[in-house]
Amino acid sequence: MLQIRKLPVAVFALFIVIFPWAAYLIPAIKNYTGIMVFVGVYCLITIGLSLLMGYAGQISLGQASFYGIGAYTTALLTTRFGVDPWICMLIGMAAAAGVAFLLGAPSLKLRGHYLAMATLAFGVIVFIVFNEETGVTGGPDGLAGIPGLRLFGFKLNSAEKYYYLVWTIVIGVFLFTINLIQSGAGRALRAIHASEAASNAMGVDVSRYKIIVFIYSAILASLAGSLYAHYMNFINPSTFDLSFSIKLLIMIALGGMHEIWGAVIGAFLITFLSFEWLHYFKDFEIVIYGLILLLVTIFLPDGLVGVPNILRGWGRR
Amino acid sequence: MEKISLASQLLQYLITGLTVGSIYAMVALGFNIIYNVTEIINLAQGEFVMLGGLIMSSLHASLGAPILPAFILTVVLVTLVGALLDRLAIQPIRRPSVLTLIIATIAASIIIKGFAMLGWGKNPYDLPAFSGREPIHILGAIIQPQYLWVIGFLVVVVIVMTLFFEKSITGKAMRACADNPNAASLVGINVKRMVLLSFSLSAAIGAVAGIIVTPISLMTYDRGAMLAVKGFGAVVLGGLGSFPGAILGGIILGSIESFGSGLISSGYKDAFALIVLLAVLFFKPSGLLGNIEVSKIKRF
Repeated sequence: MLQIRKLPVAVFALFIVIFPWAAYLIPAIKNYTGIMVFVGVYCLITIGLSLLMGYAGQISLGQASFYGIGAYTTALLTTRFGVDPWICMLIGMAAAAGVAFLLGAPSLKLRGHYLAMATLAFGVIVFIVFNEETGVTGGPDGLAGIPGLRLFGFKLNSAEKYYYLVWTIVIGVFLFTINLIQSGAGRALRAIHASEAASNAMGVDVSRYKIIVFIYSAILASLAGSLYAHYMNFINPSTFDLSFSIKLLIMIALGGMHEIWGAVIGAFLITFLSFEWLHYFKDFEIVIYGLILLLVTIFLPDGLVGVPNILRGWGRR
Repeated sequence: MEKISLASQLLQYLITGLTVGSIYAMVALGFNIIYNVTEIINLAQGEFVMLGGLIMSSLHASLGAPILPAFILTVVLVTLVGALLDRLAIQPIRRPSVLTLIIATIAASIIIKGFAMLGWGKNPYDLPAFSGREPIHILGAIIQPQYLWVIGFLVVVVIVMTLFFEKSITGKAMRACADNPNAASLVGINVKRMVLLSFSLSAAIGAVAGIIVTPISLMTYDRGAMLAVKGFGAVVLGGLGSFPGAILGGIILGSIESFGSGLISSGYKDAFALIVLLAVLFFKPSGLLGNIEVSKIKRF
């Protein structure tokens, strides 16, 4: 786990670069580039979340609220005050970091899973605020007219252009996160996950590292929210409810929470499931999500990235 | 319409709060029963309440079964769901950690909710009130008779639970598992069966809560999550694992919600309980009646 091989990353990057061309040439997957934009946006959140779950051993049931904070911050500042979208994104990330600190510092100093409960409560409160503060957030109708993004004077006005922006950011975050995992902070995190008591005894400031990871995951979710808002040009509260937080959890569990690849694979599969493949099941959709989460938890505790290990284990027998 | 005096308005809020609080208290009791035996926070707890309301509505209101047999059959069916939850979602987990167990209960709650949607659709279901809907006037406050049924049922549940855990050998065995599962299995207690029993018992209490609240607030397939969150708020407020705490926490939470939505803002009705939950987590994580020493030993 310590070593991230360079080859898979390069293959992955190549896949990302040529995907829109393939989609352009093959009519059956013509609209997949647009879906891949969402996969990228969700990847940002799941990478942060998998760090929190897989490495710090903590669970957040309110990640949708940070996603919402990012989206609403950029939406409000651009539409009401005409602030430059890129500056809005930074402000949104700072806001999410501040909130995460206020929420995480008290609950992560305690042993156990108080963060799960704090984030669950916080997520529902934020969702209610989005709905009720009609004067600011537009209430259930949401906010429209959010401007698109411009980069060096170019308008990112097509799915393909936005795709390259989002995935450049995802790959940047991916590499940064890998570096983080391999640094001293990452070793400390893995030590915490293995045994909190032992790492405490070795002088690792357990709660400090947990808070840092939680803040990092919140910043990434906020960034994803801003990217979502500028892509859709419209947001409303229903995107940021508890069920989205749980969907993120399903992505992580399916992909595997102990490896960063799991976050990417999970986001990819669940996004395509919900945008493309589950329509045939209509009302059964929700049951299928539940079954995926339950079956993975029981039979694949390491998610899909753990499958090669299981197969190798069988091979040895 | 005559102007209602402030005093009777406050009385109205108080009684509404006690009623809603009784439901939260029952959900909180369910949380604590499972938590004490297994250290699992069963986030599917609210789904038992939802199922109780919907099954009762189908048996009694739609199929016309008499109230008492319908009541009993509903509780039995939901209890079975609780037992199945333990057998199908909790027991099969090979590497149980608090994290995976929480995720398993979330998965179970999604599945139960999904099947409820397939079975009952998205419309709300009603149930006739147990003794009519003719309101009782007390000091200017208007009280539905069903409110009194709810509060009465909480009292009954508390008495039955107290007798069960204090007097019966099974109840004592469950308490032993809560204190120390290893020691309990050494003295010959079947811990797995106690876990199964704790899930069944919680489901039964949830079913009762769902049946008695449906005549007041109707029931829809998606109500479980919010009930679970608020019930958990009551648990934290009272102190994780404490039965008197669960009841006290539930009633305080219900009252805060009722006064808050009446006096401050009805739109934020669902937020008040959660703000209290956050405040307690931050300032007094052991809760009102919880034991800080116990909470240090527990894994959750």
